[in-house]
Amino acid sequence: MIYREAGQFKASYEADMQIFPIRQDRIAIAAIVLFAFVGVPLFASEYWFQAIITPALIFSLAALGLNILTGYAGQLSLGAAGFMAVGAFATYNFMLRIDGMPFLVAMVLGGVCAALVGIVFGLPSLRIKGFYLAVATLAAQFFILWVLVKFPWFSNYSASGVITAQEIVILGWTVDEPVEKYLLTLAVVTVLALAAKNLARTHTGRAWMAVRDMDVAAEVIGIPLMKTKLQAFAISSFYCGVAGALYAFTYLGTVEPEAFNLDLSFKILFMIIIGGVGTVLGSFLGAAFITLLPIFLNQLFHALFGDSLPPAFASNVELMIFGGLIIFFLIVEPHGLARLWQIGKEKLRLWPFPH
Amino acid sequence: MTFFFEVLIAGLLSGMLYALVALGFVLIFKASGVFNFAQGAMVYFAALTFVGVGEKLLLWLGWAPGSFASFLGSLLVTLAAMVVLAILIERFMLRGLVNQPLITLFMATIGLTFFIDGLAQLVWGSNVRGLDIGIADEPVIWLLDSANMLVSKFDLTAAAIAAILVALLSLFFQYTKTGRALRAVADDHQAALSIGVPLERIWVIVWVAAGVVALVAGLIWGARNGVQYALSFTALKALPVLILGGFTSIPGAIVGGLIIGASEKLAEVYLGPYVGGGIDSWFPYIMALAFLLIRPEGLFGEKHIDRV
Repeated sequence: MIYREAGQFKASYEADMQIFPIRQDRIAIAAIVLFAFVGVPLFASEYWFQAIITPALIFSLAALGLNILTGYAGQLSLGAAGFMAVGAFATYNFMLRIDGMPFLVAMVLGGVCAALVGIVFGLPSLRIKGFYLAVATLAAQFFILWVLVKFPWFSNYSASGVITAQEIVILGWTVDEPVEKYLLTLAVVTVLALAAKNLARTHTGRAWMAVRDMDVAAEVIGIPLMKTKLQAFAISSFYCGVAGALYAFTYLGTVEPEAFNLDLSFKILFMIIIGGVGTVLGSFLGAAFITLLPIFLNQLFHALFGDSLPPAFASNVELMIFGGLIIFFLIVEPHGLARLWQIGKEKLRLWPFPH
Repeated sequence: MTFFFEVLIAGLLSGMLYALVALGFVLIFKASGVFNFAQGAMVYFAALTFVGVGEKLLLWLGWAPGSFASFLGSLLVTLAAMVVLAILIERFMLRGLVNQPLITLFMATIGLTFFIDGLAQLVWGSNVRGLDIGIADEPVIWLLDSANMLVSKFDLTAAAIAAILVALLSLFFQYTKTGRALRAVADDHQAALSIGVPLERIWVIVWVAAGVVALVAGLIWGARNGVQYALSFTALKALPVLILGGFTSIPGAIVGGLIIGASEKLAEVYLGPYVGGGIDSWFPYIMALAFLLIRPEGLFGEKHIDRV
């Protein structure tokens, strides 16, 4: 009854091609964005901003980046955290070495640096695919971290490579409160998520999906493989790079290269598996799920066993539940949480009638 | 020059150990097309179970670790554990994922990695332990005397064990009925099923074989570096070996392991000083990558032909 497109006639090509063709979708998205910008700052506590909402948003962005590469263009990557590291350290260096560098410009430049590195490590994808490519992206992961640790120039000669993020000032507005950092992150993520949603239905996005589904066939119908694959690597790495910059500047504050280790890459991969490979919504659902799960489990253990539990026990059980959930999701719903939402939407369209 | 050979031999011997881990990958990949990321976790699980059982045997029966009885007891219990693990994996994971794209199976094994890591540490605790399998880590005397070269007896024994294991596996694959069935499954799942090869049992057998290889690798690695969480990452070291040797070739895993081991050590010693050292974390990957650009299917891999 509520979610139905009956009566919404499209009278122009523009109306037919908009991002959200159903009016209820547009209203829902507007409501969610409005709530995120106005409602959440009114209700959430400082802890929520610092520990849950801001990181979840940043991970959503990184997952979105990986989803562009793995979900849309079909190139499996295990190096997402490496590209995040490039974004974080490049942004830091732009801020450090150029006087009066505005944060947003530095962040975008950091993303561009990550994109360039992404193109370099994307080159092997022209010759190899599948598992072989996954191993190649592992090379990116290890090589980038090694460079950041071995060449102290990148961390401005600080001990053990730790960088401390500079203060963020945007047009005289100093971003230092958790709420302000949240708003900044939210703004960046909103813009980039809309861009990604839009990108998926452009010529570029459709070319990615064609390459994903069958690259030889895509080539036959005239899609340039090299350009398409490298584009996917570049844009994906750009998203990861920006996410890395936010990770360092609005979430952690001080960060070392080791923070972007392989575990983080896997975590981001899990987000898109659980959320839904090849969907924008899935990146958000997956990131929220993976961020909330440990906190939820922690609370649960606390409620069940009190303080008597050794911390090692909890973390090991968490690992097992994590792994088990991944397998469970892959068996039960290989298309992730986003698919569940889609099924729900189909049902809503018909409700209350059975057919 | 002596130094060069010393480094080379040390590299070859450690390459043998990489090959051992890579072998587990190849076995499973050949028979089921699954890229088993959890092989490293299985190595860790096996080593940890072996040590843990040894401790319990000391506690309950008073068998000293390192003694023959304790070694045999731990070995049998660990073997049983690996068999149970293989059956559980087949029952609860592989069976639910039949006919899914290979990439899905790969991601499932990443989940499995986390599960096994958690399970192993939950049962046995996560502190670093020593593992004594009764081989001393000392230089071979006559080589030291005659050529002034330091070659560890332990490494030599480990390489010999690896070689024996590979030979046994090859014989098993080539001459037994089960081995033939395994090769049939590797060639074509559907064709094998249609002539009556029991796919589920074959998968269990393959995972048990990979478990046994993991156990051997775990014992040797564990005795060398101590049983610790880092063992789980040996799997990552096996990946460049795999892409160098090809995913489907047992000799490829061995040759790839030797090349990676030797070049890694040589690069660390001769190139490392120019760039600040520590390059062995990424050098094998870059080398394997450069190699892939020339031969995308690896040294001994099957040539992949795309048909539309």
